[in-house]
Amino acid sequence: MNVRKIVVCVKAVPDPKRASEIRIDPRTKTLTRADVPLVINQLDRHAMEAALKLAGEVGAEVTAISMGPPPAAAVLKECLAMGAGRAVLLSDRSFAGADAYATAYTLAKGIEVDGMPDLVVCGMSSSDGSTEWVAPELSVFLDCPVVTGVIGLEATGNAGLKVSARLDNGYRVVKVNGGPVVLAVTRELNTPRNISFSGIIKARKKEVAIWNLERLGIAAAAVGQDGSPTIISGMRVAESTRKVQMIEGTREAKAEELVRLLAAAGVL
Amino acid sequence: MIDFTFTEEQDLFRKAAREFAETMVAPRIQEMEESGEVSLDVVKALGEAEMMAITIPEEFGGLGLGYTARLIALEEVGRVSCAVAMMLQVFALGIEPIVKFGNNEQKKKYLPGLATGERLATVGVTEPTGGSDPTGGRTVYKKDGDDYIINGRKCFITNSHIADTITVLAKDDEDPKAFSTFIVEKGMAGFKPAHEEHKVGMKGCNTGWLIFEDCRVPKDNLLGVEGKGLRVAMSAIGDVGRGGMVGCSLGVLTACLEEALKFANERVLYGKPIIKLPAIQDKIAMMKLDLEAGRLLGYRASALQDQGARCDTEFAMAKYYTAEAAQRAAKMAADIHGGYGCMNEYAITRYLRDSFVLGPSAGTSDVMKVIIARSAM
Repeated sequence: MNVRKIVVCVKAVPDPKRASEIRIDPRTKTLTRADVPLVINQLDRHAMEAALKLAGEVGAEVTAISMGPPPAAAVLKECLAMGAGRAVLLSDRSFAGADAYATAYTLAKGIEVDGMPDLVVCGMSSSDGSTEWVAPELSVFLDCPVVTGVIGLEATGNAGLKVSARLDNGYRVVKVNGGPVVLAVTRELNTPRNISFSGIIKARKKEVAIWNLERLGIAAAAVGQDGSPTIISGMRVAESTRKVQMIEGTREAKAEELVRLLAAAGVL
Repeated sequence: MIDFTFTEEQDLFRKAAREFAETMVAPRIQEMEESGEVSLDVVKALGEAEMMAITIPEEFGGLGLGYTARLIALEEVGRVSCAVAMMLQVFALGIEPIVKFGNNEQKKKYLPGLATGERLATVGVTEPTGGSDPTGGRTVYKKDGDDYIINGRKCFITNSHIADTITVLAKDDEDPKAFSTFIVEKGMAGFKPAHEEHKVGMKGCNTGWLIFEDCRVPKDNLLGVEGKGLRVAMSAIGDVGRGGMVGCSLGVLTACLEEALKFANERVLYGKPIIKLPAIQDKIAMMKLDLEAGRLLGYRASALQDQGARCDTEFAMAKYYTAEAAQRAAKMAADIHGGYGCMNEYAITRYLRDSFVLGPSAGTSDVMKVIIARSAM
């Protein structure tokens, strides 16, 4: 198996460090992101690192692809600065409100239009959605196998790739002899590289291509909210409050009452 | 309308610098605070992250990104560690005279190594008898055949014990009005770093004396024109040195504001977070105001510097304002922390100590006012 072309799927998510500023719109049940800046989904950085490291070893080209609004282009620019050769943003009003299924479908169409790669690498989940569905669904739309929970990846020459993936009580080793294949990676896989100044300078010459619905040649009904079989029917903010309760009685009685209260609260 | 926004690329530089500081510098702070020693791991990481290459031209192995990019990098590193930002800013002080006044041979010899961090730089101007007024220095040189012999002592030299390439200002032994600047290399006979000074803050940033006892320097190491060395040295201390201190100060200011906000949101008194108290909000507002005003002064000066325009007064104003503001912010943030503001476990005590060192570095606030007043008179 010769890995010549690697696609990395990345998602622009609100900066988790500023999660406290994100609110839930009670009417639309969507996240109101206010001025929280978009960053690369952390697990997708691990996907980028895996792709760039492998590409460096086997001489492949890395393309970063994302579906999102125009501001998501800044996140793809970061991917270019990290070392991706090309970047494509799938952006169209009709893509808005997509669930994991419609997102995977749109990404798959973008990947097909770009030309089938040997390898597609995704983060296992996103920090804002956390479904873990996009990579498996992507593999269905691309009609290729998927390995999730990837904790190890190495090129084994012409023999292909050796992929380690976690299980509940250990891990399994999967030999990939031919592509395309989708990998969903975990944070255990690697330590993502920092963006370098010279990487930013090199990215000056690279453009983020923006492809709309027409470019993908698909129906509006198949994407975005219309193409989503699932809807978010509700969202709640987990409230946390402090409560002080004084316990009276003898030392033994206080201890017993404390244990009872903690057990009743589900702490013990 | 004037565009006050950073470019998309400058935003990426900031992101890259922040990532570097948070992943490579932050984990070493405790060790630096406890030992007071330079972290060689951090120095190596600074080189690998191309932090020393920012202002070096591309043809000599640098990035040629200019002074605004440098200010962004220093602000972000300073937000995490003022000590490391100080070390980094002074590397540039040793580099700048070679970039501006070095001949082609000197640039080819020194700059590529300085860009990668293989060589470390500093500048030796300040003496017990003169810093902001370098003409008060007593370090002298005399010609001896094709060489120069330097004798004297420098003090308060940042990076004194780690630098390999030192730009040294000395006075003509026979003409007290003539100054020359030399590139002195570590290991040259008659040169040695001596007493290591212990500052109240910026632990992990080395400061000390440089001793010259019949130090023989070949004529190839004369930087610029003999007798015109004041201009060479001041090119480092002036706009680049003060610009660097603006970066360090903005970093401390940002850190103080962030820590104060975090604490004030978490600390509950009278049944609610203290951020709800008007007295606390007043301090937060003043810190934010100072930070924004300092940024406007600093980045305006660096924009002028990038254009090659005169910016000495602009940097004097920015240096004065940001260093004073960082000290005010550190005091206010410590006050917000109450008793915790006296405990070394809290970063705010480090900011308080570091902010104290910002004042005299690259010229005291009083000297800045002299420069500002001169331009107004």
